[in-house]
Amino acid sequence: MDWQAFWLTIRLAVLVAAVLLALGLPIAYWIAYSRRRWRFLVEAMVALPIVLPPTVLGFYVLVALGSRSPLGRWWQAMTGHTLAFTFGGLVIGSIIYSLPFAVQPFAASFKLVDSRLIAASATLGASRLQTFARVILPLSLPGLVTGIALSFAHTMGEFGVVLMVGGNIPGITKTVSIDIYDKVQALDYAGANETALVLLLISFAVLSLVYGVNRKVGVAWPWK
Amino acid sequence: MTTQTTSVGTPADFSLRDVLTIQIRKRFSNAGRDFTLDVAFALAPGITIVFGPSGAGKTTLLDCVAGLTTPDSGKIIVGDRIFFDEAQAIELPAQSRRIGYVFQDLALFPHLTVEKNVEYGLAGLNKNERRNKSDVILESFRIAHLRERKPGEISGGERQRVALARALVTDPCVLLLDEPMAALDAATKSKIIDDLRAWNAAHDIPILYVTHNREEVFALGDRVLVLENGRIIADGTPHGVMGAPRRESLAQLIGFENIFHAVVIAIQEKRGTMRCRIAESDVELETPLVRADVGSTLLIGIRAGDILLATVQPAGLSARNIIPGCVLSVTQRDVIVAVRVNCGVEMEVHLTLAARDSLQLQPDREVWLIVKTYSCHLMAAS
Repeated sequence: MDWQAFWLTIRLAVLVAAVLLALGLPIAYWIAYSRRRWRFLVEAMVALPIVLPPTVLGFYVLVALGSRSPLGRWWQAMTGHTLAFTFGGLVIGSIIYSLPFAVQPFAASFKLVDSRLIAASATLGASRLQTFARVILPLSLPGLVTGIALSFAHTMGEFGVVLMVGGNIPGITKTVSIDIYDKVQALDYAGANETALVLLLISFAVLSLVYGVNRKVGVAWPWK
Repeated sequence: MTTQTTSVGTPADFSLRDVLTIQIRKRFSNAGRDFTLDVAFALAPGITIVFGPSGAGKTTLLDCVAGLTTPDSGKIIVGDRIFFDEAQAIELPAQSRRIGYVFQDLALFPHLTVEKNVEYGLAGLNKNERRNKSDVILESFRIAHLRERKPGEISGGERQRVALARALVTDPCVLLLDEPMAALDAATKSKIIDDLRAWNAAHDIPILYVTHNREEVFALGDRVLVLENGRIIADGTPHGVMGAPRRESLAQLIGFENIFHAVVIAIQEKRGTMRCRIAESDVELETPLVRADVGSTLLIGIRAGDILLATVQPAGLSARNIIPGCVLSVTQRDVIVAVRVNCGVEMEVHLTLAARDSLQLQPDREVWLIVKTYSCHLMAAS
């Protein structure tokens, strides 16, 4: 078991899930409540990583992060190195790749909140932000847990984007899924199985949490 | 809250700043049909009923006052505060209007306890003030013992009180009530109406009370606005407005299988009923009271589905009209059985197939028709 790859993957997944929580909530709020006509375009864009081959996504992220793109040049000017083939680059690629897995459950649960409750909150003097924090968020907890858990699990297991954007640098960009690939290439089936089994168990645990939380609508935590 | 039994009548000394002035137009659609809400009226403090059928624009009107819906044009002013004025491009957001709104489905926050629900609108106060205010209102609405419960764990009448308390604790300058008693039994209803009257006596703000229930109109209102298809078609005291026999159009008459000319023979003002005799017969009916003189002729409409049929003479019934007759014909139409009965005049009664089978109805059978007072709809005879 390559513990270095394992902890790197955990670190990546936690970071990505945290960023997606911060980034996903406003995007999901906008998707759930905006009345703009072009809302569908934003929805389609957010959903794109679901259908796009990871290599395609990874390729464009790589190009965007590389020293020939404005973003890559700006980053290089600021920090002195490129984002490609770094942990930071991996984080950016993973955020984009897992975005729909956070935003879609968030937005779906926001839309389920009774609009009369939001109206009631407004007539009782609450601002939009207060209404969001005191009514919408607490009533969307199952969706939040689902979104965070799915983006965590999805990042844990990603392969194509990581390979394209990060390469295979031990301790920096080598995640467990790449480690498994490496081991299979080296015909180390026992080692691959060990790591694969850990990934399998983690994924199962995360999905159990998601379905446990969503078992009963309105119950935020299954064990409470 | 005081429990004095002051009349809800508009006191003479209310100041101008308490008056709610509404003059708005708003297109809205209901069940695929386009309506225009087009109303203009001023409300003094006290309870004003907005009465009308569903789809008339009652909720749209309240939503405009609350700031949940933007009118297309016009203005809404409370005293010197402008809520909305299209000409001046002013629109105060709902959160800044200080409106108490009790929604039709109450809209209690399901994840918060009764206490947290009631304190929701007091976020600007510190913890002690909040606690004090909610304690007072929870006590006065007799729901203090439910403090720690969630809305899903209390009864309909209790939820109703929580919703009222939540709206009133914020000291609103206008109170909007959207069919707040629709789901309650009569006893619970009258207790809550008493609470509301007492609160109104102490605070005296304009209250808009939407309902399609006639009894609530008589129990609560000083003034009634009748809203139909987005327009106010009558404005006055409950008895004056509700009492006048309405001139029904042909389309509205089609809904009644039984329509008779009838002569008013007695008016029982205290009971709110009168007796009418169907023309060219000796069938007498007790009907709701309308503004009509003894001796005048009205139309009475009774839906065939509103009439009960008995094969033995009923006793101990609350219904006031029990008319003997004999079956002329029994006809099946789809799943409804139309029975024609001769009681001096011919009446049509609709039954279910099961009812026909268990009663074994056939022509010449002696039967009794039972018609509730409020199933008799009175219209002006042309």
